[in-house]
Amino acid sequence: MKALVSVKRVVDYNVRIQVKPDGSGVVTDGVKHSMNPFDEIAMEEAVRLKEKGTVTEIVAVTIGGAKNEETLRTALAFGADRAIHIKDDGEIQPLTAAKALAAAVKKEDAKLFLCGKQAIDDDANQTGQMVASLLDIAQATFASKVEIDGEKAVVTREVDAGLEVLEVDLPAVITTDLRLNEPRYLKLPDIMKAKKKPIETVSLADLGVTAGAGVKTTKTAPPPSRSKGIMVKTTDELVEALKGKGLL
Amino acid sequence: MSVERDVMEYDVVVVGAGPAGLSAACRLKQKAAEAGQELSVCVVEKGSEVGAHILSGAVFEPRALNELFPDWKEKGAPLKTPVKRDDIYFFTSAEKGFKMPGLFVPKTMHNEGNYIISLANLCRWLGQQAEDLGCEIYPGFAAQTAIIEDGVVKGITVGDMGVTREGEHKPDYTPGMELRAKYTIFAEGCRGHIGKQLIAQYGLDKNADPQHYGIGLKEIWTVDPSKFEPGLVVHGAGWPLDLVGTSALGGSFLYHLEDNTVYVGLIVDLSYSNPYLSPFDEFQRFKQHPVIRQYLEGGTRVAYGARAICKGGLNSMPDMAFPGGVLAGCDLGTMNFAKIKGSHTAMKSGMIAAEAVAEALIAGADGSARLDGYATKFKASWLYDELYRSRNFGPIMHKFGSLIGGAINWIEQNIFGGKFPWTFHDLKPDHKTLKPAAESQKIDYPKPDGKISFDKLSSVFLSSTNHEEDQPVHLQLKDPSIPIAQNLPMYDEPAQRYCPAGVYEVVGEGSDKRFQINAQNCVHCKTCDIKDPAQNINWVAPEGGGGPNYANM
Ligand SMILES: Cc1cc2nc3c(=O)[nH]c(=O)nc-3n(C[C@H](O)[C@H](O)[C@H](O)COP(=O)(O)OP(=O)(O)OC[C@H]3O[C@@H](n4cnc5c(N)ncnc54)[C@H](O)[C@@H]3O)c2cc1C
Ligand SMILES: Cc1cc2nc3c(=O)[nH]c(=O)nc-3n(C[C@H](O)[C@H](O)[C@H](O)COP(=O)(O)OP(=O)(O)OC[C@H]3O[C@@H](n4cnc5c(N)ncnc54)[C@H](O)[C@@H]3O)c2cc1C
Ligand code: SF4
Repeated sequence: MKALVSVKRVVDYNVRIQVKPDGSGVVTDGVKHSMNPFDEIAMEEAVRLKEKGTVTEIVAVTIGGAKNEETLRTALAFGADRAIHIKDDGEIQPLTAAKALAAAVKKEDAKLFLCGKQAIDDDANQTGQMVASLLDIAQATFASKVEIDGEKAVVTREVDAGLEVLEVDLPAVITTDLRLNEPRYLKLPDIMKAKKKPIETVSLADLGVTAGAGVKTTKTAPPPSRSKGIMVKTTDELVEALKGKGLL
Repeated sequence: MSVERDVMEYDVVVVGAGPAGLSAACRLKQKAAEAGQELSVCVVEKGSEVGAHILSGAVFEPRALNELFPDWKEKGAPLKTPVKRDDIYFFTSAEKGFKMPGLFVPKTMHNEGNYIISLANLCRWLGQQAEDLGCEIYPGFAAQTAIIEDGVVKGITVGDMGVTREGEHKPDYTPGMELRAKYTIFAEGCRGHIGKQLIAQYGLDKNADPQHYGIGLKEIWTVDPSKFEPGLVVHGAGWPLDLVGTSALGGSFLYHLEDNTVYVGLIVDLSYSNPYLSPFDEFQRFKQHPVIRQYLEGGTRVAYGARAICKGGLNSMPDMAFPGGVLAGCDLGTMNFAKIKGSHTAMKSGMIAAEAVAEALIAGADGSARLDGYATKFKASWLYDELYRSRNFGPIMHKFGSLIGGAINWIEQNIFGGKFPWTFHDLKPDHKTLKPAAESQKIDYPKPDGKISFDKLSSVFLSSTNHEEDQPVHLQLKDPSIPIAQNLPMYDEPAQRYCPAGVYEVVGEGSDKRFQINAQNCVHCKTCDIKDPAQNINWVAPEGGGGPNYANM
C-alpha cells in the first residue's frame, strides 16, 4: 500500500514570532524554518506502518519555493522513499494546497493520505478535511492511534468525552494529533542517504491546479502585551482585588 | 562500554559552520576544481541550522569575502548597509561622555568601505555557496571528540543522541557517527571545546602568551523610525566600565542596520577583577546612558544573546597545525581586537588553511604529517601583517586602561603604522584576575525598568535557547565540591553573575547550600569555561541542535 504524506515548511516552533511593523505578516527573513511538527508525526506514523509491513512505499509531498527542498530532505531522512516538490513561490492557501495534494494523491494512486491536523503557522486546520472532500473519500481527523486492518483503518481520536474509535474505508485521509507518536531522531547516516534520494519537481499547472486567493489577510497584529500583575499576600486581598476588577 | 558507530570517510571534515569553517569549505572546493580533482568535504555544525549559534557585532570588512567570491554582489550576499558615519564616545559617567574628534580616531577604527551586517545571515549565505560547490553541511550535529590514533587526528566523533541525564540509553539512543578525514579543520570559534583539548594535548600554546577573552552581550532592537540613521556606527569606551583604571575594561557598540533595526552591545574584558561584577547587569545599565538611550527609547527589544571573544591576538596564538588537522578562525584566535573585528580574519584564516590542505591532498598527502604549509602561508599573508600591527593593543589596554591606552594605541597606529619596535605582553590568564570577595566591593545594580533594561530570564527567553531536558548536563564540573567549598567563600561564586543566561545558581540556606546548573538555559557563550577561577567547569557539546536559535545575530 502506498502512503502519501504532506510536509509543510513552517517557522520553527522554537522561534519567537515577530510581527512585521507594517502589520503585513510575520517576519520570516533569516528565521529558522523546519517541518511542521504535526507533519513530522505523520511521517513517523507512515514509517512505522512501513516497518510493520502495511505500507510499502512512502511518498512525501510539499508545496512551496526552492527552500522547501530542505523539508523534503528531512522527510526522506525520516524514511520516505521519494518525494514530490510542487514548486510555487506564491502564497498557498489551504484550498489550493488541498487541490494540489488531492491531485498528487490521485496521480500516485495512494491508499493513504497522512497529514498534520493543522500547521503551526496559520493554524487553519482545513487541509486534510478538504483533501478528503475533493477526493470524496473517508477522513479520520486528529488521530491519536492508527491501525490498518486490510482495507480499513481503525483510528482512535481523543475527544472531550474520552476516546472515539472510527473505522474508515481506504483510501482515506488521516490527520495526526500530538499524541499519535513521538517522532524519532534523525540519524546522520539517514540524512546522508536522503541527499541521494529522488525528488520530482512539478508545478501547480502540471497538476491542473490554479492558485486561487479566496482569503485575503488584511492585518496581522501581535497579541496585546500582558500588563504587570500584582502580588497579593492574603486571600482577603485576593478577594478585594478581584472585586475591584468586577470579577467577583 | 564500546558502541558500534557508523563511519563515513571524507577528504576533509570541517568542525563549525562559522565564517572560518564555511570559508575553508568553499575554498577547498574552489581549489579542487582548479586542479580538476574531487575533494569530499563535510561540515558539522552544532546549531540547529547554520547561523543559529552565530553572534557578532557586526561591522564587516569585506576584504576576505572579495577574495573568496569576487562576485558576491551578483550572488546576493547579505551586505546591505554600508557604514556612513563613525562616532566614538568616551563615557565618563552614567550621564556624561564626550565624542572623540575624528582626528584622534586611531586608523584601526576607521570603517569606510565596511558594511553593517548580520554575521548569522552571512553564514547562511556562505553555507548555501558551500553546498552549491558540493560540500555536505550537517547542522544539528556537534563534534564531541577528536579521533586520535597514533598521535594523528583522524576525524571526529559526533555526539550521541538519546542519553538520559543519568547517562542511560533511551529507547531511541543513537550513537554518534565517526566522521573520518585525512585532514580535519577545527573552526569552532572562540574557546572551541575540542580545540582546547588539542591545544593541551599537542602543547600548541607552549610558545604563546595566555589567550585573553571578553564576553560580548548583544541585543537587537526595532527603533522609532525618527531615531534611525542607517549606516551609523557608534563605539564607546568607559562607563559603566573603567576609563582610566584597569580593573574592568571593555567597549560598547551601537549599529544602525536596515529596516529600523539597531544592534546594541557591550564587550566586557574577562580580565575583570571584582567577583561581584555582572557583565549582564553592566550591559543593562549601559543602555540607560543618554547617548544610547536616546536611540532605544520608544523601541522594542527583539533579540538577546552573548558570546565570548578571543582578544589575545598574535601574541596569544598557538601553533596552528598538528598531525592530521589545523585550527582556524577564533578557535585559533585570529580576532583583531584593536578593530573589534574577527569575521574577515576568521574567513581569511579558513581560506589559508584550506589552501594548504588542498595543496597537500592534491599532492597525494594522507594527512599524517603536520601541515607546515599553513603557517608559512599565514606568515606571508595580509592577515599576519594586520594582526602584527594590532598585537600591542590588548596588552596596552590591560596595562594603561582605555583612555591612556587609547592614546598610546593612537600613536602606534597613526604614527608608527602599527609597528612599534617593541611588543607588550600580558601573561596573566583571565581566570586568575579575580580578587577575593572580601577585598571587593559589592555592586548595587539598578533594577531593570522593563523598557530599556531587562532581567536575565526575560532576556534568555529572547535567545530562543532550547535543550532537550533529559540529557547529561553539558557543563561538567571536574570536582563538584568546588563551587560551594571554594568558590563561594572565596569569590561569592562568580558563576552566578558572569553567566549571561542565569545557568548557575547557589540555592538553599546555610549548610544546605548547593550549586544548581540550569543547563537548558545555556547560550553557548563559553564564559564559564574561561572565567571559573578554579578552571573546574568544562563546557562540552550538548545533544546536537541544542542551544540558542539566533535569527539575525
Ligand atoms: C492545539 C489545540 C489545543 C486546544 N486546546 C483546547 C482546550 O484546552 N480546551 C478546549 O475546549 N478546546 C481546545 N481546543 C479546541 C478543540 O480541541 C476543538 O478544536 C474545537 O472544539 C473545535 O472542534 P472541531 O475541530 O471538531 O471543530 P469542527 O468540527 O471543525 O467545527 C468547527 C465549528 O463548526 C461548528 N459546528 C461543527 N459541527 C456543528 C454542529 N453539529 N452543530 C453546530 N455547529 C457545529 C462549531 O461552531 C465548531 O466550533 C484546542 C485545539 C487545538 C488545535
Ligand atoms: C559581541 C561581538 C561583537 C563582535 N563584533 C564584530 C564586528 O563588528 N566585526 C567583526 O568582524 N567581528 C566581530 N566579532 C568577532 C566575530 O564575530 C568572530 O571573530 C567570528 O565570528 C569568528 O568566526 P569563527 O568562524 O572563527 O567562529 P564562530 O563565528 O564562533 O563560529 C563557530 C561555529 O562553530 C560551531 N561549533 C563550535 N563548536 C562546535 C562543535 N564542537 N561541533 C559542531 N559545531 C561547532 C558554532 O556553533 C558556530 O556556528 C564580534 C564578536 C562578538 C561576540
Ligand atoms: S553556562 Fe557557560 S557557556 Fe552557557 S551561557 Fe552560561 S557562561 Fe555561557
